[in-house]
Amino acid sequence: MMLGVTPSGWLQLGFYMCVLTALAVPLGGYIARVLSGERTTMSFLLGPVERAFLNLSQSRPSEDMTWKQYAGAVIAFSLGGFLLLFGLLLAQGVLPLNPQGLPGLTPDLAFNTAVSFVTNTNWQSYGGEMTLSYFSQMVGLTMQNFVSAAVGIAVLAVLMRSLSRQSTDKLGNFWTDLVRINLYILLPLALIVAVILGSQGVIQTFSAYITAQTIEGGQQTLALGPVASQEAIKMLGTNGGGFFNTNSAHPFENPTPFSNFVELISILILPAALCFTFGKMVGDKRQGVAIFAAMTLVFVPMTVACIALEQSGNPHLIAAGADSAINMEGKETRFGIANSALWATATTAASNGSVNAMHDSFTPLGGMIPMILMKFGEVIYGGAGSGLYGMLVFVILTVFIAGLMVGRTPEYLGKKIGGYEIKMASIAVLFPCALVLICTAVAVLSPLGQAGIYNPGAQGFSEVLYAFTSAANNNGSAFAGLGANNPFYNSLLGLCMLFGRFFVLLPVLAIAGSLAAKQTVPASAGTLPTHTPLFVAILIGVIVLVGVLTYAPALALGPVIEHLIMIKG
Amino acid sequence: MTTQSQTYKPDMMGAVLAAFKRLDPRYQIRNPVMFLVWVGSVITTAILGVMFANPGTLISGGQPVWFVGLICFWLWFTVLFANFAEAIAEGRGKAQADSLKKARRDVSAKKLDKAKRQTVVAANTLRKGDLIIIEAGDAVPADGQVIEGIASVDESAITGESAPVIRESGGDRDAVTGGTRVLSDWIIVRVTADPGESFLDKMIGLVESAKRQKTPNEIALSILLAALTLVFLLACATLLPFSLFSVEKAGSGTVISIVVLIALLVCLIPTTIGGLLSAIGISGMQRLIKANVIASSGRAVEAAGDINVLLLDKTGTITFGNRQAVEFLPAPNVTARQLAEAAELSSLADETPEGRSVVTLARAQFDIAVRAAADIEATFIPFSAEHRASGVIINERHIMKGAGDAIAKLVALKGGQVPSGVNAAVEDIARKGGTPLLVAEGPKVLGVIYLKDIVKPDIKTRLAELRKMGIKSVMITGDNPLTAAAIASEAGVDDFIAEATPETKLKYIRKMQEGGEMVAMVGDGTNDAPALAQSDVAVAMNSGTQAAKEAGNMVDLDSDPTKLIEIVEIGKQLLMTRGALTTFSISNDLAKYFAIIPAAFATTYPALGVLNVMGLSSPLSAILAAVIFNALIIVALIPLALKGVKYRAESASNMLTRHALIYGLGGIIAPFIGIKIIDLGLTAVGLV
Repeated sequence: MMLGVTPSGWLQLGFYMCVLTALAVPLGGYIARVLSGERTTMSFLLGPVERAFLNLSQSRPSEDMTWKQYAGAVIAFSLGGFLLLFGLLLAQGVLPLNPQGLPGLTPDLAFNTAVSFVTNTNWQSYGGEMTLSYFSQMVGLTMQNFVSAAVGIAVLAVLMRSLSRQSTDKLGNFWTDLVRINLYILLPLALIVAVILGSQGVIQTFSAYITAQTIEGGQQTLALGPVASQEAIKMLGTNGGGFFNTNSAHPFENPTPFSNFVELISILILPAALCFTFGKMVGDKRQGVAIFAAMTLVFVPMTVACIALEQSGNPHLIAAGADSAINMEGKETRFGIANSALWATATTAASNGSVNAMHDSFTPLGGMIPMILMKFGEVIYGGAGSGLYGMLVFVILTVFIAGLMVGRTPEYLGKKIGGYEIKMASIAVLFPCALVLICTAVAVLSPLGQAGIYNPGAQGFSEVLYAFTSAANNNGSAFAGLGANNPFYNSLLGLCMLFGRFFVLLPVLAIAGSLAAKQTVPASAGTLPTHTPLFVAILIGVIVLVGVLTYAPALALGPVIEHLIMIKG
Repeated sequence: MTTQSQTYKPDMMGAVLAAFKRLDPRYQIRNPVMFLVWVGSVITTAILGVMFANPGTLISGGQPVWFVGLICFWLWFTVLFANFAEAIAEGRGKAQADSLKKARRDVSAKKLDKAKRQTVVAANTLRKGDLIIIEAGDAVPADGQVIEGIASVDESAITGESAPVIRESGGDRDAVTGGTRVLSDWIIVRVTADPGESFLDKMIGLVESAKRQKTPNEIALSILLAALTLVFLLACATLLPFSLFSVEKAGSGTVISIVVLIALLVCLIPTTIGGLLSAIGISGMQRLIKANVIASSGRAVEAAGDINVLLLDKTGTITFGNRQAVEFLPAPNVTARQLAEAAELSSLADETPEGRSVVTLARAQFDIAVRAAADIEATFIPFSAEHRASGVIINERHIMKGAGDAIAKLVALKGGQVPSGVNAAVEDIARKGGTPLLVAEGPKVLGVIYLKDIVKPDIKTRLAELRKMGIKSVMITGDNPLTAAAIASEAGVDDFIAEATPETKLKYIRKMQEGGEMVAMVGDGTNDAPALAQSDVAVAMNSGTQAAKEAGNMVDLDSDPTKLIEIVEIGKQLLMTRGALTTFSISNDLAKYFAIIPAAFATTYPALGVLNVMGLSSPLSAILAAVIFNALIIVALIPLALKGVKYRAESASNMLTRHALIYGLGGIIAPFIGIKIIDLGLTAVGLV
C-alpha cells in the first residue's frame, strides 16, 4: 500500500484519469467548433432544428451582443426560468404526471429548489421521490439541468471570445449560444449517457410506485420514475440533483460498477473538456493544457488523500471489535472505498454535488477534503463553464501578482490586466467567501439556525459550514445531518446560491467586456509565460493559499479539531 | 555626464517625526490596509484603558494587562513603521527639492515691451508670451524659447552639469529653463510658462512627492490588497461567533478575545506590502531622478517597464556620432600617398570631426609632415550647401573633396569624369555602411576616402540584453537604406528606419502601436515632437527645444540618448519590487496561522496544540511573536523597498523562477524562522 491507498485504489484512479483525459481532448475540440459557430458533424441533422429555435426566439445569430446586453439576456433568461419553476413547484398538486398525488411545495422550499436548479447548484432541501412528481422532475428540474449548464458554458464562451478578440465590444449572441450548446453538446451527450445507463438497469418509467412483498414478509414501497433521462444530464451538466433522495447511492440511479464509472466520467467530462476548448479558442493549446494540469494536480492528490483517509478509517473501530478500521459507514458495498472517495472528490471538485456515499459519515479529515475542494471556489474542474471561468478569475489574480515579478504591468494572453479587471476578479472571489463565512456565523448564532443542528460540537459546526460552502459555491452536495428544510435554511441557502452564482457570473462578463475592448500585446521573451510548469505551480499556490487563508480558522474549529479529538479518543 | 553630485543622507529624525504626525486618521484613511491596523490599535488602546480603570474587567478575556499592553504597543509600531518607510522615501527627494528651491528664489526680469523698451519687473509677474532680455550674469527668470541672440548658460542648478551650454535662437537649442543663469552674451526670450507651471516647479513638485498620484498599476494593486484585507476581516470577524458556538458546544474553554482577534487580523492582512507600497513608488521616482531624468508622472515610469520597442537614434546612441576616415582608396594610376596628401591638404582647415580624422589618418599612414592651415599659403574653400564640397587652392592646385555626386558634377564642369574603378569603390563603401568622400584635383578624380561610422563597443551587448528581456531595438537614421542596414547588422539592432523623417518615425510608431507594442523613443528637435507625443515613453533631451520637452513625458537632464535603456530598467525594477513584496507579504500568512490559531483556541480545544509546529513556548508568546514579526518585517524590508529588487537582464521566465523562489517560497519559510526566534527571545527575557 502506497500512501495508505491499495493498489486497486491506485489502479482505479489512474484508469479513471486516463479515460477522462482521452475523452476530454476530442470533446474539447468539438465544443470549440460549436462555440465558434462552425459546422460540425451534427449540423446536417440539427441545423434545421437550430434555425427553427432561433426563428422562434426572433434572434438573429449575426447580431453580437455587448457584455451588458449579454448579461441582461442571461439575467432575463434565468429570472424567467426561476419564475416558471417556482410556479410549477407550487402548483405541482394540480399538474399532470403525478401518480402519487404529491401536493405542491411550501413557498420557501419552492424558492430554494427553484433557485437551486436555476443556478446549477442542485442543493436538495426536498426529498426527491417523497416530494416531487414526475412532471416536476422532468419538465421543471431536467429542463433547468440542461439550460443552467448551458448558461455556464455560454458565459465561459464570452470570456474566451474576449481573450481572442481585440478592440471590440461584440462578444456573441446569448440566444444563439444557448440553443447551440443545448442542441449540439448537451442533448447528444445526454442521449448517449442515458442509453448506456438504461442498458445497466437505470429505470425509465412513468408508472406509479409499486409495493413489493419482501422476503421477510414485510411491505416495501419501491419508488419509480423516468430516471435514466434525468440521470444523464444530472451528471453531465454538473447538476447533481438526484431523482431519489439518496442520489446516486440508489440502485435505480446507479446500479452497477460500470454505471458508476460512466456517471463518474460524466461528472468531470464537460469541465475537463472545456479546458481544451479554451486552448483552441484562444489559439494556444498549451494554455488549455496548463489549466487542465493545474486542476488535475490539485484533484489527484486530494483524491488520494481522501481514499487514504477513508481506508485508514477510525482507529476506535478495531478497539470496538471490528475486523478493520476501514470506514465503510455510509458507503455502498458495491462501490467500496476507492470509488466512493473518488466520487466524493469528483463531485465536489466539479460543482456537481451528487453523491454515491454519505459525506457526513466520512472520517473528519476525509470529509474535509470535499469541503476544501468546494472552498477553492469550485474551480478544480468546477461546474460546466462556471468552473473554468472561475479558474480564469484565479488565473487573472495569479498573473497580476506573478506578472509584476517579471517587471511588466501584468498581462494574460496579451491582454493587460488593470484595475477594473482586478476589481471584478476580487468581487468574484470575495463574494462566495463572504457568503459562506457570514451565513455560517448567522446560522450558528441564531436559535433558528441552531435548531437544525442535530449533531454535537465540531461535527455540527462542520455540517453548517458544509451546507453554506456548498450553496455559495453552487455545488449542491450536502453533509447530511443538518435539518435544512425549514424557512430559515431554505431562504438563507437560497440567497447564498443566488448571490454565489450571479456575483461571480456578472463580474466575469464585465471582465470579458473590458478585455475584449483592449488590444492584444504580442508575446516576447519579456512576457510572463502562462503555460509553463512554474506558472501552473504558482496558480495552484494562489488557489490553495486563498482557500486556506480564508477558511483556516473555520476548518480548524470543524473537521480538524474533530479529527484531533477522534485520534486522541 | 555627471550625475547629481549631492549624496543625500537620510534625515532620520525628520522621518521619525513625520511617522508620528501621520498617525492622523485623515492621513491613514488613504491606505485601507494600514487604516485597519490603526483602527485595531485604537480599539486595543481603549481595551487597555478599560483594564487600567477597572482591574477586574473581563474585557480582554482574562488576558493579563502586560500582554494587552505589549500587543497594543506593537500594533502602534506597525502603523509607525509604515509611516516611517514612506517618510524616509520622501525625505530622499527633499534634499534635491531644497537645492532646486534655491534656484527658484525671487529674481527680477527685464521685460521688453513692443518698442523693445526694458522695464524691470518681478519674475513671478511674467506670463506666457511675454518677451524678456537676459544678459550676462542674469538669472533666467522663467522657462522660455530663445528668439534672438546666443548665450552660454550655466544649467548646473538643474542638471548638476557644471560645464556651460550654448542656447541660441533657431535650431534645436533654443530652450532656456528658469533657475539657470546666463554667463556671457545676451538673449531675447519668449516666456513659455506661467509662474507655478514651470519646469522647475514641476520638478520640485515631483521630487517632493507633493503631487504624487497613484499610478494605474498601483491602483490595481491597492484594489487587490483591499479585497484581501476584506477577506481576512471577514475570516477574523466570523471567528467570534464560531468561537462562541464552539465553546457552547464543547462546554469548556473561553471565547476568543477581541485583542487576539485584532492581533490575528493585523498579522493576516497584507501590512508588509500595504505599508511599503507608497515607499516603493516614491523611490522608483527617486531612482529616476538620481539618473538625472525627470518624469512628468509616475505613470510614465510604469510604462517604461512595459516597453517592447525601443527607437534609438543611430548617432550618439549606437555610433559615436562622428564618422572617421579609415582608408584611402586611390583611383587607377594614382598612388595611395598622392591621394592621402591631397586629402590632407584639403582637410587642413576642416574643423569637423570627419575632416580632422582625414588629417590624422593621412599623417599616420604616410608620414606627412605636420603643418597648420595658417602656416601655408593657401585659400581654403569652406563647405557650402550649394556645392556640398570643400577644398583648397594652393600653388595653382585646386583640390576638392565631397560627396560622390557633388564631386562628379564639379569634375564634369572641368571636362573630367569619375573612373569606373572609383565608382565601384564608392558603391562598395556604401554597402559596408560607410560614407565615401571623393577627392579630386582639377578635372581628375584622385580616389575615395572611406569614412566609417564607429559603432560603440558596448552597444551590442546592451542590445542583446534588451532582446533577452523581449525588447526590440530599432535604429533611426537619416542614412540611406544600404548604409543603415550595414550599421544595423554591425550593432545588432532588430530593425531600422533609414532616411528617417519626422513623418516616417510617426508612421512607424503608429504601426507598432496598432500591433499592440509599447514604444519608447528619444528626441530633441522640434520636428521630433509629433513622434514623441505619439510614443508611450518619450524622453526629451534637456538640450532640446521647448516643443520636444513638452511633447515628451520625461526629460533627460544629461541629454544622453543611451539613458533610455536605463529608464526601461528602472521601470521594470519598480514593478518587480512591487510584485516581489506582494508575494512575500501574502506568503507570510501561512506561518502566522500556525502560530496564532492553536494559541487562540488553546483553552477551548487544547488538541489544536499539534498545529503548533514551531513549538512556541506559550499561547501568549505565540501571538506576541507573530505580531512583533509582522511589525519588524516592515522595517527589515524598508531598504529593499527603497533600493528595489536587484535587476538582471534575463527572460521573463528566468526572472519568474528566481523571484517565485526567493519571495514566494522564501516568504513562506522566513516567518516560521522569524517567529520562532522572537518566541525564543521573549522566553529568554522571561516575559512569557
